[in-house]
Amino acid sequence: MSLNIIVLAKQVPDTRNVGKDAMKEDGTINRAALPAIFNPEDLNALEQALRLKEANPGSKVTLLTMGLPRAAEIIREAMYRGADGGIVLTDRVLGGADTLATSYSLAQAVKKIGDFDIILGGRQAIDGDTAQVGPQIAEKLGIPQVTYAEDILDLKDGYVTVLRRLEHGVETVKAPLPCVVTVTGSAPECRPRNAFRVIRYKNACAAGELAGKSDDVKARVAARPDLQIPEWSAAFVEADPTQIGMPGSPTKVKAIENVVFTAKESLCMDNDDEKIENLVKELIANHTIG
Amino acid sequence: MANFYNDNPALKHHLTHPLMEKIVELRERNYTEADKFDTAPTDYADALDNYDRVLDIVGDICGETIAANAEDVDHQGPRVVDGRVEYADGTVKNLDVCRKAGLMGMAMPRRFGGLNFPITPYIMAADIVSRADTGFENLWGLQDCAETIYEFADEDQKQRFITRVCQGETMSMDLTEPDAGSDLQSVMLKATEQPDGTWRLNGVKRFITNGDSDIHLVLARSEDGTKDGRGLSMFIYDKRDGGVTVRRIENKMGIKGSPTCELVFKNAKAELCGSRRLGLIKYVMALMNGARLGIAAQSVGVSELAYREALAYARDRRQFGKAIIDFPAVFEMLAVMKAKLDASRSLLYMTARYVDIYKVYEDIAKERTLTPEERKEMKLYTRLADALTPMAKGLGSEYCNQNAYDCIQIHGGSGFMKDYACERIYRDARITSIYEGTTQLQVVAAIRHVTTGTYKQLMDLYAETEVKEELKSVRDAILEMVKVYDDTVARVNEVKDTTYLDFVARRLVEMAGNIIMSFLLLLDAQRDEAGMFDKSLRVYVKMAQAEIAKHFDFIANFRPEQVDLYRAE
Repeated sequence: MSLNIIVLAKQVPDTRNVGKDAMKEDGTINRAALPAIFNPEDLNALEQALRLKEANPGSKVTLLTMGLPRAAEIIREAMYRGADGGIVLTDRVLGGADTLATSYSLAQAVKKIGDFDIILGGRQAIDGDTAQVGPQIAEKLGIPQVTYAEDILDLKDGYVTVLRRLEHGVETVKAPLPCVVTVTGSAPECRPRNAFRVIRYKNACAAGELAGKSDDVKARVAARPDLQIPEWSAAFVEADPTQIGMPGSPTKVKAIENVVFTAKESLCMDNDDEKIENLVKELIANHTIG
Repeated sequence: MANFYNDNPALKHHLTHPLMEKIVELRERNYTEADKFDTAPTDYADALDNYDRVLDIVGDICGETIAANAEDVDHQGPRVVDGRVEYADGTVKNLDVCRKAGLMGMAMPRRFGGLNFPITPYIMAADIVSRADTGFENLWGLQDCAETIYEFADEDQKQRFITRVCQGETMSMDLTEPDAGSDLQSVMLKATEQPDGTWRLNGVKRFITNGDSDIHLVLARSEDGTKDGRGLSMFIYDKRDGGVTVRRIENKMGIKGSPTCELVFKNAKAELCGSRRLGLIKYVMALMNGARLGIAAQSVGVSELAYREALAYARDRRQFGKAIIDFPAVFEMLAVMKAKLDASRSLLYMTARYVDIYKVYEDIAKERTLTPEERKEMKLYTRLADALTPMAKGLGSEYCNQNAYDCIQIHGGSGFMKDYACERIYRDARITSIYEGTTQLQVVAAIRHVTTGTYKQLMDLYAETEVKEELKSVRDAILEMVKVYDDTVARVNEVKDTTYLDFVARRLVEMAGNIIMSFLLLLDAQRDEAGMFDKSLRVYVKMAQAEIAKHFDFIANFRPEQVDLYRAE
């Protein structure tokens, strides 16, 4: 059975190698000082997608990313590793989006793609660490979600069986297709770039990137559709302007401060209403939440 | 994110040598394959960009995966289970990642599923892989055997076997036996022809690297009753056919991840590769030349690793209130290590380029008649490659051993403990000056280029290059060494005594090597505007001057009859 697989991926600043100029004075990220990379857990998701493709000949893996036009870099990276292609959802009006607006925009793009069997994505991006976008997309598309996936054990007869990595063990769940699966960093590492694919797809680019290329490259891209990375706008995916970008983002950043994490204790408690209620009260009392 | 290609600017410098343009143009037949294959380059810049990108993958895999597995592989090693080899877990992972990255047929033509890279970038990958895990470089580097199939097997065999190698199947070259090591003429493994034209192999092979590979090249005695090299032929044995078992694997000092096997052939089905009787005298010679270049690359990779480990430790370790790198005894050692590393690498890549040119002409000659001009060039580069290959292998492997020794020395007592990588480097380095022909045998191959003047011809060629003002004094110093070399060679040639010549051969080859590497570093310093080679050039020339004077002094004060003084009672 051939599958249409969508992999959600994000280009992020490499926060794992943070130098002293990684933050600006005002506490925001100095993107210029941090190289842009493929969000690590999205690579774990890509590997799962490529394994599904191998197990189901004729399947197609399409990357979907939202960001600046240069986010096409991670689509090429995914193609080097085995993806068939990808789409960059890019538009000024999409900028400044929080997870709600982002998941709405991406869900609109998924609807535009139309035909899909499974959506995979990393558990969370290393720049925001929210882990909200995948689940919200599932919600907006009205399909099931499986989070914290460590391995896709099986996919047949319209169901996917997933091994989930939880805090104190693992859990195996089965979900009907189509669904969203978010993959953790403990899942198998992504395969390397393949030399042949790198040579074959090195000139793949989005329309926004073509301007700087030589005439020779322009001609090659024009002649080979597999080198053309589509750029989709908000209008193209029929996104409601009030639900995208800044206007669509209820999250407002009040302030950012540099916090040195010192807490070392952890609390383990039973799944019991009274204890949870007490904990919530305590968290409200010390202003951790609320 | 360690990348063993990007963190080493010397590699890109060698990759972009001016000779490459000619090599790539010939290799790509004037860029005519681009219509047939979407992985073929359209011009020189496109080709170089491909090499650069693929080497970036090699550097990434080596820095992130293979180097990280090296220690575990060294500890675990392979084992034999029911006559088959089981690699260490890390080795299995390394092979898997190399296969997925498409790095198993780098220099094979595209029609067989290869990348059609010239030898130079392929050798560069070997240099990088060796730095990550010297023993793994053997397993990966045995893809080189496919070159022998490509050169000498028939089209059907090429289609069947080379495509499999490019897909990731491993190879081995089964040459040595219990009584046939350096002396391969004594090979006894018996090959018997069957009525259907296939052959059966019977006998034992020993010290076979990766002896449980998928596809073997086997040297065997096809001509009953013969005793010398002319009775030997080359065979291809396919593991799928069965008939070969691994009796044991050797417990080695180093490169422990690479299984060295004793193989038992029991009526193993095999097919003839090329013509009968040419097994040793033609095919193994070609195979060994390629393998020697591979070991030269492996040696440079080890030197690189040894230097880096030593440098990092010397910067970090403090004694008497300062980092030990600030003591002259230590920084001198490090400077000499770096000079040897850079010198042997310059020699490695010059050799690789010469090999590239003559090999590509040989290949073109299968498609069309070469012009007289091309034939002349092919002959020239064959001779230059022939002269530089044993030098690069012989001296490069000695330097890598010296660097591994100094790496431990710089670590002091800690270096003697198993806690640091340097003890593994030391053990891994040791084999490079032994296998694929000991240093002593490299000298035997190289000495005729001293006496017939090939090395002198190269020195003259390199001396012609214009150098910038600040390098002129260095060039003058090298030219002085050439005069001493000429004088020494003339003195030895005057004495018509082969034992004497064999006795002083090592010294003469080392002198030639010192001068040629000095010149090559000079040319590299001339071409590199960032000054990356300036220090190494000056340090190396200082060392070379002292070496040349030492050898000259020995030979000038030595009488041929004094050779007997050295014979054991």
